[in-house]
Amino acid sequence: MRSDGSPSAPLGLKVAAACGLLFLHLPIFLIFVYAFTTEEKSFAWPPPGLTMQWFAVTWNRPDVWEALSLSVRVAAISTLVALVLGTLCAAAVSRTRFFGRETISLLVILPIALPGIITGIALRSAFSLAEIPFSFWTIVLGHATFCVVVVYNNAVARFRRTSGSMIEASMDLGADGFQTFRHVVLPNIATALLAGGMLAFALSFDEVIVTTFTAGQQQTLPIWMLEELIRPRQRPVTNVVAMVVVLVTLLPILVAYYLTRDGDQIAGSGK
Amino acid sequence: MTLTATQAKPAPAVLPRAGGVRGALSDLLWRKPKLLLLLMLLPPVLWLGIVYIGSLFALLLQSFFSIDEFSGLINRQFTLKTYGDLLQAANLDIILRTVTMAALVTLASATIAFPIAYYAARYARGRWKALFYLGVMLPLWSSYLVKIYAWKLILAKEGILTWLLAKLHLLWLLDGWLSLPVVGGNSLSVSSTGTFIVFVYVWLPFMILPVQAALERVPGNLVEASSDLGASPGQTFRNVLFPLALPGIVAGSIFTFSLTLGDYIIPQIIGTSRLFIGQAVYSQQGTAGNIPLAAAFTVVPIVIMGFYLWGAKRMGAFDAL
Repeated sequence: MRSDGSPSAPLGLKVAAACGLLFLHLPIFLIFVYAFTTEEKSFAWPPPGLTMQWFAVTWNRPDVWEALSLSVRVAAISTLVALVLGTLCAAAVSRTRFFGRETISLLVILPIALPGIITGIALRSAFSLAEIPFSFWTIVLGHATFCVVVVYNNAVARFRRTSGSMIEASMDLGADGFQTFRHVVLPNIATALLAGGMLAFALSFDEVIVTTFTAGQQQTLPIWMLEELIRPRQRPVTNVVAMVVVLVTLLPILVAYYLTRDGDQIAGSGK
Repeated sequence: MTLTATQAKPAPAVLPRAGGVRGALSDLLWRKPKLLLLLMLLPPVLWLGIVYIGSLFALLLQSFFSIDEFSGLINRQFTLKTYGDLLQAANLDIILRTVTMAALVTLASATIAFPIAYYAARYARGRWKALFYLGVMLPLWSSYLVKIYAWKLILAKEGILTWLLAKLHLLWLLDGWLSLPVVGGNSLSVSSTGTFIVFVYVWLPFMILPVQAALERVPGNLVEASSDLGASPGQTFRNVLFPLALPGIVAGSIFTFSLTLGDYIIPQIIGTSRLFIGQAVYSQQGTAGNIPLAAAFTVVPIVIMGFYLWGAKRMGAFDAL
């Protein structure tokens, strides 16, 4: 690092970096404007007028509510499964060295490293070979599988920072294994688990590629949106739903960032 | 010596055996750490092993089946015929188109990502650093479909881009570009250019983060030393910064390349009717009902990514992840 204070960047670099960030953010802001447009049939810009009526229309659409409720239920259950599996795996991998340890971490990362379509079609062909009908649980099965990795990443990073001697001290003072877990281990990893859980929820809530293969006729919110993108029925409703989805996914990310910002690895840096 | 007499009996060095099932279980796990390890590993390994690896094997198995062309039923006999079908001109065309797109998207992402990553790594401090980090993180985690939808709004014929170009009196440029073969089309939202832009947009954050991580590790005084020794900024970039950032770029390209190879939603919503690998897989398993061919198609990105990862590992890209 330089010793003479913070250097100032060349103008060209500043401009290029700013343009890059604008490129990343402007399209998302545009969604917020379109949610208020009075134009129904096209994507005309600038919007001919602004209105709040589409929020009421969307509020009264049962199909949107059903899709939303399915998405929330799937995301909640998948997050729970991922929390249990991810924490167990992280505890095992970070506490001890054993044969096949590297393979375990690879196994956890694989579902997110391979393209979603491969995970999706693999699950579908397994369901069809085993003759399992599509249900709520087939969606959860897929989602939990790729959510494990975000919980695992956060938990491993936290385990690495907490010292194992605390557990030994707790045992020396007479606590049994369960008391140690409840009063020593859990408080130490709680925020990492919360952050991992938030990210897992956001990941599952937004997932569409794997879901198209495991949902059958059921509609999660992303599948509802995909249908609207391919065969638009009422564009303003889609605009409103898109805006709500952005807000719903951003809140967990901000919370997860806030919970882990002092650590050596910040939540969400790998999706 | 009355004091010692009133003192309580000292605690035994070894605690008595804990009572109850819970205590016994706790003692057992403490005494046999291997059992604890096994119990911890069993659920995740069973889940991932059965659900995920099992499914991948089921998929691989299917690619060696074939479809009966008359009845449309799947013939469960080992054959390489399905892989032969993959080599038909139309299918090779799909593979070539997807790989070309993935390569172009990777190059463009690296170009756009570098200044952002470099600024964030070398110049941003304190609050700005956090802002840059969130500035990359929020688009990364924003809804994938909403991002695509936003671009549908932007690229539409009546959308904001056309409006902006009209204000700048540059519409002739857009029309000229759209009249070109291959990259052009009726409007940007039904052209390969549109597909390309959306791919770059959606995967860009995946490139920025590893490049930034690699650049964070370049000591600032290396850049100063280079300019002290008389190198121009361009020479410093070529001979110092770029080689040191390369593992990060390769790490990021793993994501941009792999994600482009497997995506079927972006080219379906924004782009021409010419298929990409992901779309071919989707339509083969869905409407065509030819699961063996769909399975064989998915083996293509797996093999390509296998070679890619092997090459990336040799370049040390995994340390930059």
